[in-house]
Amino acid sequence: MSVLVYIESEEGKFKKASFEVASYAKEVAGMMDTSVTGVTFNAPDTAELGTYGIEKVLNIKNEKLNKFNAEAYADALKQAAEKESSKVIVLSQSANSRYLAPALAVQLEAGYASNVVALPESTEPFTVKRNAFTMKAFNITKITTDVKIIGLAKNAFGVKEHQAEATAEEFSPVLSDEDFSVNVESVDKATNKVTIADAEIVVSGGRGLKGPENWEMIEEMAEILGAATACSKPVSDMGWRPHSEHVGQTGKPVASNLYIAVGISGAIQHLAGINAAKTKVVINNDPEAPFYKAADYGIVGDAFEIVPKLNEKLKEFKAKNA
Amino acid sequence: MKILVCISHVPDTTSKINFTEGDVKFDINGVQFVINPNDEFGLTRAMWFKEKQGATVDIINVGGPETEPTLRKALAIGADSAIRINMTPTDSFQVAKELSGAVKDGDYDLVIAGRESIDYNGGMVPGMLATILGANFVTNCIGLEIEGDKATAIREIDGGKETLTAALPLVIAGQKGLVEESDLKIPNMRGIMQARKKPLKVVEPSQSETRTEAVKFEKPAPKGEVKMIDPDNLDELIDLLHNEAKAI
Repeated sequence: MSVLVYIESEEGKFKKASFEVASYAKEVAGMMDTSVTGVTFNAPDTAELGTYGIEKVLNIKNEKLNKFNAEAYADALKQAAEKESSKVIVLSQSANSRYLAPALAVQLEAGYASNVVALPESTEPFTVKRNAFTMKAFNITKITTDVKIIGLAKNAFGVKEHQAEATAEEFSPVLSDEDFSVNVESVDKATNKVTIADAEIVVSGGRGLKGPENWEMIEEMAEILGAATACSKPVSDMGWRPHSEHVGQTGKPVASNLYIAVGISGAIQHLAGINAAKTKVVINNDPEAPFYKAADYGIVGDAFEIVPKLNEKLKEFKAKNA
Repeated sequence: MKILVCISHVPDTTSKINFTEGDVKFDINGVQFVINPNDEFGLTRAMWFKEKQGATVDIINVGGPETEPTLRKALAIGADSAIRINMTPTDSFQVAKELSGAVKDGDYDLVIAGRESIDYNGGMVPGMLATILGANFVTNCIGLEIEGDKATAIREIDGGKETLTAALPLVIAGQKGLVEESDLKIPNMRGIMQARKKPLKVVEPSQSETRTEAVKFEKPAPKGEVKMIDPDNLDELIDLLHNEAKAI
């Protein structure tokens, strides 16, 4: 009956989003008078997971699962859920979790609510609040099936520490060749860059920067702050920056703690996509830019003067607060 | 190759979002509906397969009669024929289940949908459809080539991309990057005229079950006033970000 959590790791380390998912699951388990079981894939050491409320870990060791494969992972999670008789399964909204969740839902005959932003309003009936209309609204959804799957939106709940002992148990799901019918040929990933999905801070540039050659100061700010870089839609359409950096309604959502927008006027589609960022700073030379209405802090002025100065000050601040 | 493109009928990206009837229904008053942007990238890619590899391209939507202008637009872009499953769906699983019937009936090799609709943002119909069909599936697809019965797809992952291969039948959930924004086709007069005569088949639903229910909607709390900072006093910004927002 335990609440099941899919724990993701990357390069041998658990992802922060998984700690958030575990913290959330712990609270849900409390509402339902049960405990939390985490599922890990080829994790060397799972003791750390106790800190986030996980009491039991099903650690899957299988070389074939070294690379993420949606169908195989979904099948493994399905078998873990059945073993634990779990009624609630919680996962993050990472690209991989979003890939496997619909398959898992069909296999478990479960109702699935994605982009969930808060604890269930009640567990009987089971209702959750989720983002809809690209964060221009919320939608209260009732899951009517016996087994429920929750996709927790990033940074919606936060990481909460508990003092549980995580006991690990090896688990060997039975996988078939069909689970691997989509073959991962190659993975191309920059290992030294913060991704928009995982970033605490995102620094973003718009058309106001006038050309791709002027992105150095944006990248410098991102480096000082340990931030991810992003851009507005026109900037990616013009090829100044890769599509993977486009944030907004048809691009990526941003749910970081801090979003700094430089030279972005704030079209409605862009503002929708960054609505979940906690604190928003706007630097623009147009005092009428719509972005100021959505921002917490605003500076009106020439980005080419302000950003280099701000970078110097941020460096000093970082040196002092290191 | 037979391709089916799933077309969601969604409010234009510039729409103001409001609700009626005690916040249980989306207010369509003054709202313009369009082809879901994520589906439009897929439709354009399908047109490429039609032109270069002789594929046939049908489109499908699960919705009421009000979605037909959106289907006609997709026909004007170049799809061969349209199917509308005549129901107002309330749940993603229900949509996937209804679509699965049409995919089986039409014996499609490739189904192209969008990674999510921009209204409910469920992001689950394509994946559910693939699982119901027992077909292969690639989401967040930003590149797709088909040779014979073998597909090579590129999936965007957090911080990069990966290359996948799979046999047909295949379901794809596409997004920007599958084709460039500048490759999107605007229907011309000839296309619009032809689209009027193209077949649009209305199919009655099989009354699939639902697994979730949208109870009501809420709008985010209004935002507080922005705090303006003098560009000559950037220390204030750093102080506010550190002490007030606790963001750095």
